[in-house]
Amino acid sequence: MNVTRGFTGRPRVHNPGLPPGQYDAGDDWPVLSAEVTPELAPADWTFRIDGLVERPHTWDWAQAHALPASAYAGDIHCVTSWSKFGVRFGGVSLDAFLDMVRPHASATHAVAYSHTGYTANLPLADLTGGRAWIAFEYDGEPLAPEHGGPARLLVPHLYFWKSAKWIAGIRLLDHDEPGFWEQNGYHARGNPWAEQRYSGD
Amino acid sequence: MTETFTPSTFTPATRFAVPGRIAVSEQADADWRTATLTEIRRETPQAATFRFAVPAWAGHLPGQHLMLRLTAEDGYTARRHYSIASAPDDSGHIELTLDHVEGGEVSGWFHTEARPGDRVEVRGPVSGFFAWPGDRPALLIGAGSGVVPLMSMVRHHRERSLPVPLRLLVSARDPEQLIYAREFGAETTLVFTRSAPRGVPVGRLAAAHVAPLLAELPPGGWEAYVCGSNAFAEHASRLLVEAGQPVDRIRIERFG
Repeated sequence: MNVTRGFTGRPRVHNPGLPPGQYDAGDDWPVLSAEVTPELAPADWTFRIDGLVERPHTWDWAQAHALPASAYAGDIHCVTSWSKFGVRFGGVSLDAFLDMVRPHASATHAVAYSHTGYTANLPLADLTGGRAWIAFEYDGEPLAPEHGGPARLLVPHLYFWKSAKWIAGIRLLDHDEPGFWEQNGYHARGNPWAEQRYSGD
Repeated sequence: MTETFTPSTFTPATRFAVPGRIAVSEQADADWRTATLTEIRRETPQAATFRFAVPAWAGHLPGQHLMLRLTAEDGYTARRHYSIASAPDDSGHIELTLDHVEGGEVSGWFHTEARPGDRVEVRGPVSGFFAWPGDRPALLIGAGSGVVPLMSMVRHHRERSLPVPLRLLVSARDPEQLIYAREFGAETTLVFTRSAPRGVPVGRLAAAHVAPLLAELPPGGWEAYVCGSNAFAEHASRLLVEAGQPVDRIRIERFG
């Protein structure tokens, strides 16, 4: 251990919800997108799932909202080391979308992509079982554009760069294909509890 | 493996400035290195530059950042991403310019406790997305400490006498808050939002600042780099888009 002389750090708070190396950002919700925030109206938003599925499908805003509503209340964790506790997102479980397209048994991975061209890769298993959403609302309000509105992917058990803003689609694959940050040195899966920040972690 | 669907590398129909400008070394990323503080230079009342000796530093490109870690005696650690201020060179040193953030446990340590000889740990460099290898005309727009990674590019441009054009737009609240004030040259346009030297107008970054730079139309077009708070990045990137800069040639680093 390389102790830094004179460094004490902020008061220790035992917080079992805080993954290793993270701190509680409190009320802050930093915006870290690398691209220009798009002007994307709900009427222009679409979401598609294709690739290794039986029935590729595209939903528009009304069709996506016609699926059963599902909420996430919990925490989110950014790889830059802030975590945010007690957030509330409203949307639709990704399971509801996947049930309609029927993934092939050979599908193992996914690339989520945005209306900006941003991409993030994920194991398919991280997108199923009630652990991933298409989110339209934050704290009961429409999701703000800089936070990915009108709709973003939400995969809160992984570092938040996986939760692609301005979500446009998900393509299912039989192999892993690095997305935007993953091509820039970040980890393929990004589990905060295993501190999978960079490739090699 | 099935043969029913065999995509090449998947690329969405819309693209922004993908991929990164450089391949990132995966091995260098994984190791924490000891960095020894060798010098502290005050830049403004809020910001200072910290120079470190980092033996076996893997090297970086202008615009890249690193992760820095401080460790308390009880094993508690705090880590932050910081942009690298210095241009790449073979001195075995790197420089960071840090704002004193109110209540910041890491910046607070640097501004109140740190002295030459202290050791911290660094990891990186990280991310090639905001890197500028010096190959394309560079249009740099920054506010506050957002000028830090851009200054690495300006210094690199000067030290290597690079032939591609480079322009810098810097926004600061007032002359006292202007980081690197003595280093700016003919490539730089200064914007002051609260108070300015005599004869210089006060006001927010505006279309009138951006237009003449875009009108220069360098061969191949500008690669734009925007760095600052989220509010500034939103404002500056919108001005660029409205002035005709292609959206996929704008790279943004927002301070969280």
